[in-house]
Amino acid sequence: MTRILPAGTQELLATDPLLVPPGSRTPGRATQRGPLRREGPAKLTGVAKYADDLVFPGAWYGATVRSTQPHATLLAFDLDDAFDWSQVVLVTAADIPGDNVVSLIRDDQPILVPIGGEIRHQAEALCLIAAADRETLRAAKRHLGVRTERLPAVFDPLDSTEEFSHIEVRRGDLEAGFAQAELVIEGTYRVGHQEQLYIENQAMIAVPVADGGVTVHGSCQCPFYIHRALKRSLQLTDAQAVVVQAETGGGFGGKEEYPSVIALHAALLARKAGKAVRMIYDRHEDLSATTKRHPAVIHHRTGVMRDGTLVAQEIDVVMDGGGYCTLTPVVLSRGVLHAGGPYRCPNVRISGRSMATNTPPNGAFRGFGAPQTEFAAEMQVNRIAEALAVSPLELRRKWAYREGDTTPTGQVLRESVAAIEVLEAAAEASDFARHSAQTQNARAARQSGARLASGIGIAMGWHGAGFTGSGEVHIAGVASVELTDDGVVRVLTAQTEMGQGTKTIFPQLVAEELGLEPDAVENAPQDTSIVPDSGPTVASRTAMVVGGLIIKAARHLRAQVEAVTDRPFADSYRDFVLEHGALRVDEHFEPYPNVEFDDATYTGDAYPAFGWACAVARVEVDLDTGEVAVRDVVSADDAGRIIHPVLAEGQVEGGTLQAVGYATIEEIKLLDGRYLNDRLATYLIPTALDAPRIEAILVEKPFSGAPHGAKGIGELPMDVGAPAVVAAIHDATGVWIHDLPATAERILAAMTGAPVPDPPGVSVPAPEGGAA
Amino acid sequence: MSYRFFVNGDPVEVEVPGMRRLLDVLREDLALTGTKEGCGEGECGACSVLLDGAVVDSCLVPVCQVDGASVRTVEGLGSEQALNDLQAAFLETGGAQCGICTPGMLMAAEAFLATNGPSDDELIREAIAGNLCRCTGYTKIVEAIALAAAQRRAADPH
Repeated sequence: MTRILPAGTQELLATDPLLVPPGSRTPGRATQRGPLRREGPAKLTGVAKYADDLVFPGAWYGATVRSTQPHATLLAFDLDDAFDWSQVVLVTAADIPGDNVVSLIRDDQPILVPIGGEIRHQAEALCLIAAADRETLRAAKRHLGVRTERLPAVFDPLDSTEEFSHIEVRRGDLEAGFAQAELVIEGTYRVGHQEQLYIENQAMIAVPVADGGVTVHGSCQCPFYIHRALKRSLQLTDAQAVVVQAETGGGFGGKEEYPSVIALHAALLARKAGKAVRMIYDRHEDLSATTKRHPAVIHHRTGVMRDGTLVAQEIDVVMDGGGYCTLTPVVLSRGVLHAGGPYRCPNVRISGRSMATNTPPNGAFRGFGAPQTEFAAEMQVNRIAEALAVSPLELRRKWAYREGDTTPTGQVLRESVAAIEVLEAAAEASDFARHSAQTQNARAARQSGARLASGIGIAMGWHGAGFTGSGEVHIAGVASVELTDDGVVRVLTAQTEMGQGTKTIFPQLVAEELGLEPDAVENAPQDTSIVPDSGPTVASRTAMVVGGLIIKAARHLRAQVEAVTDRPFADSYRDFVLEHGALRVDEHFEPYPNVEFDDATYTGDAYPAFGWACAVARVEVDLDTGEVAVRDVVSADDAGRIIHPVLAEGQVEGGTLQAVGYATIEEIKLLDGRYLNDRLATYLIPTALDAPRIEAILVEKPFSGAPHGAKGIGELPMDVGAPAVVAAIHDATGVWIHDLPATAERILAAMTGAPVPDPPGVSVPAPEGGAA
Repeated sequence: MSYRFFVNGDPVEVEVPGMRRLLDVLREDLALTGTKEGCGEGECGACSVLLDGAVVDSCLVPVCQVDGASVRTVEGLGSEQALNDLQAAFLETGGAQCGICTPGMLMAAEAFLATNGPSDDELIREAIAGNLCRCTGYTKIVEAIALAAAQRRAADPH
């Protein structure tokens, strides 16, 4: 690991790149390696309790009856008389006391399809069954028939006429830009679904409470999303709906919105059965029914001058939302806002549409629309470099944003711009120029019949930290730090730990402010009856936004205590509690100064700050089979001030491998709108042997709007890995693969002229004569 | 049917159908929930345990095959207060993130370390190739196992 430490140690808000002397301290930053993972010992000994590890004596088992049609009308359920239905509980749409809606952006997705209602995708939930044991449950499912009438289905977003959202971003005069251009390059890029593949499947356990309420324990990123969904559909008060996060075995966005569905299902069954009900998906159900990364079709038309100056970018983005809206408009928005890449261009038009298809709904996944559009943007940059016969590194040096540049929404990048720093850091650490010359020479000298070819590729990217536009203002998050009656300092937020390190860095940040050791600060449990709603654990916002809130809360707590005791907080807080009792400070989100965005016109400051990333990948391609081995990846990422180097590196390394999987092997095939490779034996992710050696370089350009200077890190590496790998495949083979993943079949087809495989993400229709 | 075997050195006896998965026997009958289920078909390795010293996917092992054998699970390593050297190495390097693959990963690593053979990067990766991790990119897991291997070699040089 290499680390570059710009910015001064004295002046927190300084953004000039200076080297931090070794051993010196900056506010909020871990000394050396940082505290050990807070919940690490529990996870390493098997003591940590994930949802399926929780025992509720007498709990029943719940199951979901799903559609097997991509588009149909639900006519009736047929209950087989041969089965004794009195031993199970059956829940249909008629049992839902409140709104039959999974509460998200648009009220289009029912919790269960009502009789006479429209089924919009394979795997759609129709009814629910619970039984005291798994055998009875399976038998009940076998004896329940579903009658439907099939409707015509749409699988390709380009064929769809049903739009979830559209947006357009404009800057300058596009026509004048193209009129001026000496070279115009076009390209269409297509990406398919990607599964989050957290190793812990979705899981929820609902426990009915005597007051008519329900407590739900489960695996999730956003307890308050679930809380809102339960209140609305079960007609519960704030206090009656309680959501408690269990230890969560990975999320990556996959546990942002889907857990609301499974929690609603478990809660409906539990209330009707009058018993705790466990809904623990197996891998097959999880892969079949839960959200994926949105497939997209992205067209670029770019105007450049012969000297390489970028003068015009026209970009058209179409995303496939699947059967229901879920978070699609926000995903499209982030995709569009990042679609031009981190490059200065005076004349830009980016238009985006998200369309409905009869496939399971797509949703949040690390990067949230940006990996799709930035893949296309970087493909385009690399192809333009080739057309201009300049180095892709040199072209990026010329184009990359500097402080003071203006983005397509008119946002002036006033500070914390590290595009050049990450580019140079990755290029240097990977020795890009030298390897690039070697692989080019090797390609020129290659004899026919050669078996293997090596290649190196580069890509860079940016990622808006926190919610898009006015998102944080709408969330209006509240986070707290308290001194309890017992004299314990406790952090209260809704931010979930799912492996990224929330439970470690929050006490670290608060301890730093209070002059305590991190171990002296506790985390309150992520239980909606205990913690305030500090917003969802998504959008790389936890460290930056909520981390900032708890630092401010801690400062206020310290000031209040010291004003009374007139001694340093660390020496006096226990005495304070003995005399004055508990004290709690609630910190409300305040808009970042000078950050303004107009949601109606899509102009202004789309994000308070951006993170910057650059990846260089080296691959080996088997020229006979088209198989790719990704040998190593250098990823340089600027996330502002790094709070905890080990955890930050972990984010870069893990995100990079997910991007490598996206680039090479992760693809979902569909038939009649149903995912075909819906098992772990057929949906493949990289193993330790497939994984490249990954070098994470942390570059630090602090953001002045956060008291600790941190920006988000989780999503950054996901944006740049895939285009770097595909550029390396091109460097090795001479062919450009426009569709992700760049599978052996696609590479062979490009090299040999064999028929090109079907585009990713689009279902093959059912065979003639009906359903598959 | 009744089956008798050893779990982490302790004798146990269970009255269950012979085809019941070892994973379920451990988690539900013996309340040892440290062993996790990720896929139920032997692809992810989250349920890895040691059966007479060899790594197996406990979701693919019927309990009838375990009769008389010795099973080792994550609960047989160190405790929260006293981690063993491998667990401590994972904690130190950042080898555990979400933690759901960790118990299985630790057992695969224990089997590898028990061979007392060479432990370069490639061999470590081969040893854990049956255990999927989606968080770490494997970098820090490989680092942790290499660290534990070096410590064990230093403690017991042959």
